[in-house]
Amino acid sequence: MVTIENLHKKFGKNTVLSGVDLTIADGGIFAVLGPNGSGKTTLIKSILGMVIPNKGTITVLGENIKKKSNYRHKIDYLPQIANFPSNLRVKELIKMIKDLRKPTNEDERLIQLFKLEPFLNKKLGTLSGGTKQKVNLVLAFMFDSPLIILDEPTTGLDPVSLIRLKDLIKAEKTKGKTILITSHIMSFVEEISDEIVFILEGEIYFKGSIQKLKIKTNQPDFEHAIASILSDNDV
Amino acid sequence: MFKILKYSFYDLMRSRWSYVYFAFYLLLGIVLLFLNNDLSKAVITLMNVIIVLVPLIGTIFGVMYYYNSQEFTELLLAQPIKRSSIFLGQYLGVALSLSMSLILGLGIPFIFYGLFESTTIWDFSLLLITGTFLTLIFTALAFNIALSNENKIKGFGYAILLWLFLAVIYDGLFLMTLVMFDDYPLDKVSLIGTMLNPIDLSRTLILLKLDISALLGYTGAVFKQFFGTSFGLIVSFITLTVWVVLPVFRIVFKSKKKDF
Repeated sequence: MVTIENLHKKFGKNTVLSGVDLTIADGGIFAVLGPNGSGKTTLIKSILGMVIPNKGTITVLGENIKKKSNYRHKIDYLPQIANFPSNLRVKELIKMIKDLRKPTNEDERLIQLFKLEPFLNKKLGTLSGGTKQKVNLVLAFMFDSPLIILDEPTTGLDPVSLIRLKDLIKAEKTKGKTILITSHIMSFVEEISDEIVFILEGEIYFKGSIQKLKIKTNQPDFEHAIASILSDNDV
Repeated sequence: MFKILKYSFYDLMRSRWSYVYFAFYLLLGIVLLFLNNDLSKAVITLMNVIIVLVPLIGTIFGVMYYYNSQEFTELLLAQPIKRSSIFLGQYLGVALSLSMSLILGLGIPFIFYGLFESTTIWDFSLLLITGTFLTLIFTALAFNIALSNENKIKGFGYAILLWLFLAVIYDGLFLMTLVMFDDYPLDKVSLIGTMLNPIDLSRTLILLKLDISALLGYTGAVFKQFFGTSFGLIVSFITLTVWVVLPVFRIVFKSKKKDF
């Protein structure tokens, strides 16, 4: 689904990614993990073409993405912090994104799922963080694309919405989609992901199942396995 | 691009500032017509206002819109839309809504005053065309500044400096150069100097058309002597177009390389 070869990215003097090689297979849930500032968001934004890499190639569904925009029809993206134009109403935003991408009716089901009906006529600037995140989720899931990228999807969600989100992600997986997730909530990652990709100091430190990680680090549970990687590497 | 343009345009049309800008020109047009009671005199007074004010508003609005819509831009960047369409759409949205405020704000009072029966209709149209050019130029320059500066305060600072330089300081420097090198033939220098500043160029253009030699000044006189009135008009229009095209190209170029 996604192939990344020798990806380098610097912001000024700050090297964020130094030679990332990564292959994401078709279908399944992949969690991208790593400490703060390890380059998770930069990696994801490179796949989306929002960050232009200094070196390296990225292919999405067999197509080199350099200087292209059309491949994003096949990607649904949930940005980390839901920053929307504040003077737009929820309804208008959804309508606008549909107008820019393609028509869909999936939004109605998602609005019902996250109980967003009372907010449809409210301006985005007046919404709480959790409600904004729900709007964000509606926008990300309504297009039925084969690749879904979720950057910190759990931020600000209440327990009920979190359960709904997990069900939603699992349902998308059974449709054969590829889902890329970053999160700091280890229990969420452990429950939902098939495979994890651990980034450390701009390189892929580990890629494989959670079981493999536990064996590699010789730790009984996932959270400790992650912690041991971090303490072994003085992060 | 047109979808982005449409949304940016509607967004601005709903904002209070477009109405304030529109109302200001409406008021200015009405007051000038009542005070002067003479269309052609009103046109000259308007020229002096437009030449300074339009670049200022274009610069400030351009920078402000870019920084305010950063969140919207990031949302768009993740969609299957070309970067050049996003930024050109936003740029045109700002520039066209500002031009519309200008054209409608000034046009309405003048039409009611009886513009269509008057001979000054061409002078007035030229004034609006120049105003539109200045809006296009300075909004594009503002977008360039904002694209190159992540820091809002710096961006605003540079934008104001740019306006101050082209609207005020440039003339002073220019005049000083002319005085200092008085002994040399300065025709070419002053011609080039006028071309390099869109504000000076617009002033010369309007004064050429109005044919008021008293107001033309040294550069204007050289301009007229060198090009003649009609050829001078064509040359100034071409130069103004270049002034629009170059910054717009840089918007496209710069936006393709930027990280978000």
